[in-house]
Amino acid sequence: MRKIKELVIERTLLASSLVTIAVTVGIILVLSVEAVQFFSEVSIIDFFTDTQWTPLFTEKHFGILPLLTGTLLTSFIAIAVALPIGLTISIYLSEYAPRSFRKTIKPLLELLASIPTVVYGFFALVVVTPFLQQLIPSLSGFNSLSAGIVMGIMIIPFISSLSEDALHAVPRALREASFGMGATKLQTAFKVIVPAASSGIIVSIILAISRAIGETMIVAIAAGQQPRFTLDPTVPVETITAYIVQVSLGDVQHGSLEYRTIFAAGITLFAFTFILNTISYRIRKKYQEKYE
Amino acid sequence: MEIIMETTISKIKTLNSVIDPSLKKVPKIELQDVKVWYDDFLAIKGIDMTIKQNSVTAFIGPSGCGKSTFLRLINRMNDYVDGFKMEGKIKIDGDNIYKKKVNVEELRKKIGMVFQKPNPFPKSIFENVAYGLKIQGITDKNFISERVESSLKQVALWEEVKDDLKKSGMALSGGQQQRLCIARTLAVEPSIILMDEPTSALDPISTAKIEELIYHLKEKYTIVIVTHNMQQASRISDFTAFFYLGELIEYDKTKTIFTNPEKTQTENYITGRFG
Amino acid sequence: MNNIRKNRWKDQIFKYWGIFCTLIGLVLLVVFMGNIVIDGISRISWDFLTKLPSRKPENSGIFTALMGSIWILLLTTIIAFPIGVAAGIYLEEYSKKNRLSGILEINISNLAGVPSIIYGLLGLEVFVRIMGLGPSVLAGSLTLSLLILPIVIVATRESIKAVPSSIKDASYALGASKWQTIWYQILPASGGGILTGVILALSRAVGETAPLIVVGALAYVPFAPQGPLDEFSVLPIQIFNWISRPQAGFIENAAAAIIILLAITFVMNGIAVYFRNKWQKKWK
Repeated sequence: MRKIKELVIERTLLASSLVTIAVTVGIILVLSVEAVQFFSEVSIIDFFTDTQWTPLFTEKHFGILPLLTGTLLTSFIAIAVALPIGLTISIYLSEYAPRSFRKTIKPLLELLASIPTVVYGFFALVVVTPFLQQLIPSLSGFNSLSAGIVMGIMIIPFISSLSEDALHAVPRALREASFGMGATKLQTAFKVIVPAASSGIIVSIILAISRAIGETMIVAIAAGQQPRFTLDPTVPVETITAYIVQVSLGDVQHGSLEYRTIFAAGITLFAFTFILNTISYRIRKKYQEKYE
Repeated sequence: MEIIMETTISKIKTLNSVIDPSLKKVPKIELQDVKVWYDDFLAIKGIDMTIKQNSVTAFIGPSGCGKSTFLRLINRMNDYVDGFKMEGKIKIDGDNIYKKKVNVEELRKKIGMVFQKPNPFPKSIFENVAYGLKIQGITDKNFISERVESSLKQVALWEEVKDDLKKSGMALSGGQQQRLCIARTLAVEPSIILMDEPTSALDPISTAKIEELIYHLKEKYTIVIVTHNMQQASRISDFTAFFYLGELIEYDKTKTIFTNPEKTQTENYITGRFG
Repeated sequence: MNNIRKNRWKDQIFKYWGIFCTLIGLVLLVVFMGNIVIDGISRISWDFLTKLPSRKPENSGIFTALMGSIWILLLTTIIAFPIGVAAGIYLEEYSKKNRLSGILEINISNLAGVPSIIYGLLGLEVFVRIMGLGPSVLAGSLTLSLLILPIVIVATRESIKAVPSSIKDASYALGASKWQTIWYQILPASGGGILTGVILALSRAVGETAPLIVVGALAYVPFAPQGPLDEFSVLPIQIFNWISRPQAGFIENAAAAIIILLAITFVMNGIAVYFRNKWQKKWK
């Protein structure tokens, strides 16, 4: 009787953990079934080479490139902001800051990551864009610059926190060896500690990129909804995620080609983040093995 | 098969007569050709031994010699270790405890275990001692509190804690914690108690108290104790087994082992030349 | 000598640059908060919390969105909490090192990195369409439950891992079964940590916008949901809707609603930190 109870419990727990597999299978199935139907109507070559994306207009074009450049442009700006600041913070906190300062500041920085993204979108549109317009008068009301900068601020803690963990894990002996040879903290940090923690830092950067590419609300609010094949940060663009939101807000018939476009866009996005996540997982595993 | 059984039995009989021909009681724990692997590593290389009831048997030997592994075989605590594999038979009162049908939980109720580091549950003193009864489904409150009291009295902790049974077990001192852990074990009324270096984390005064306790407990229980401390083995045990590199080198009355060991390896170890 | 002085000087410069970078994020946070409070605080009133949305900004309230968020929060807790904790227990206590456990591990790590909007697409197709739940609170909650599942699982595993194995040994040695050991020892000892993780995950769910938009949550709902199959809106979607409108009055409304949303998020984070601190003390 008791054996049976134990077995039932174990099976229930196993079933719960299998839910996660079902989710992944579900995502891949849903995206590919709709995307296959999409590609039966739209040539995959056009999809990757056409420079116009106008599925909601009468004259339809299905080139993903404008959405891709929009996504990459905003993500690039975000990383350009977050990487130097995040890395500096991590090095400062791990090598320079007093312990008590580190302990109070880290949770505060992590608070930045817990703010809902719709709030960041509001900052970008209502605070940052008007401010930037004073510096760059030609800046449009919707633009990738302001969205990218705010997204960068949002992902600072992703880089600073994870990199700091990696730096902190470097054995003390390495630091002491370097100090013992007369190196300054700065020299020690960049020549010894950062190289030693490089895999952890790379993982944090990859995760931050993946997060930026998948970010939706900031770009949907502040970067605009005009798919444009451009790298100009001052004009409105549209990202993959913002396009999915735009279609979802409208009244698109299920089963129509327009409906399927969001799944075609979605599978592109999923492929990108999947590759990034897999790379970071591999690096993390390799790194763990090295130190365990 | 039959023949193998015969030879093993006769082996035990000879072993028994070596140890003490005058003891006629049914042996409590019989281990027959026990081998243990962790993945591909052979940790126990085929051991036969019989452990007597109402006695204290000490396992000694250098670190990594397999004595803790061997102890944990007796209540099947190794079952959860990744890569663990076991061959041979361990019989308690004649029943092989590694038979397929054995209920491991029932077995462990009969065999108490005390660990190296005191490990009280993060619960009250009362809850700690009552836990073993609770998991058996006993709900009678009077019965439980009587058992808690008698168990704490057996380990001479009752007077020290009777007024704050609701205090966390983790708030006690190290020695008290270890006595609490022993009381917790006694509450389920086992017949065998396994102790894995029970005093290695304790100060000398607490150690003395535990040793005295062990001395009294052997009237009612069969006790097997792993120890690093050879003085301790000579003070409290009736029999001593010396393990080295996964083998049982020598097993005899404690007095014999410490005064007139048969093997040079044993002698070298107990005189502190290695280990 | 000169070289050494130069190096020390560089060291100092980096130190101040480090302090600057560390504080700039927090300063911007304060600036943003200040802006929002200035924009929105005057709109916050009992009326704002209890009124229905309206075409006129000054008459609008967040009642339906707030109720929607509460519905989402409750249903997501009911769905994600048991599944996530159960999966975490399985992975930490039952699963042996084999191919299945390897697949589960890499899979959960990957799911944690899937953009939230993709979960929206999954929810749209599976819950809204195939299961026929429509754009309901239940469909939204199921979608968010899947989204936060990896966070709950990882938090559960971490907390269980922190329980000393000696506790488990002691329980098994007394004849407790695996489940008794988990139920009476491991879960009480790791409860604080699990709770922290679950609350943090839920605070993320409360702030999610994109997947719920994809699932079909509406910006304008005339009534608060009465049951799990009703249509709904949530605070972030209400905010998004107000931000997208041209009239200045709606920006004020958005700011006011953001204050409420942030209050909820910060309170949940605070509770989580409180549990974590209380729980961490236990093992020290």
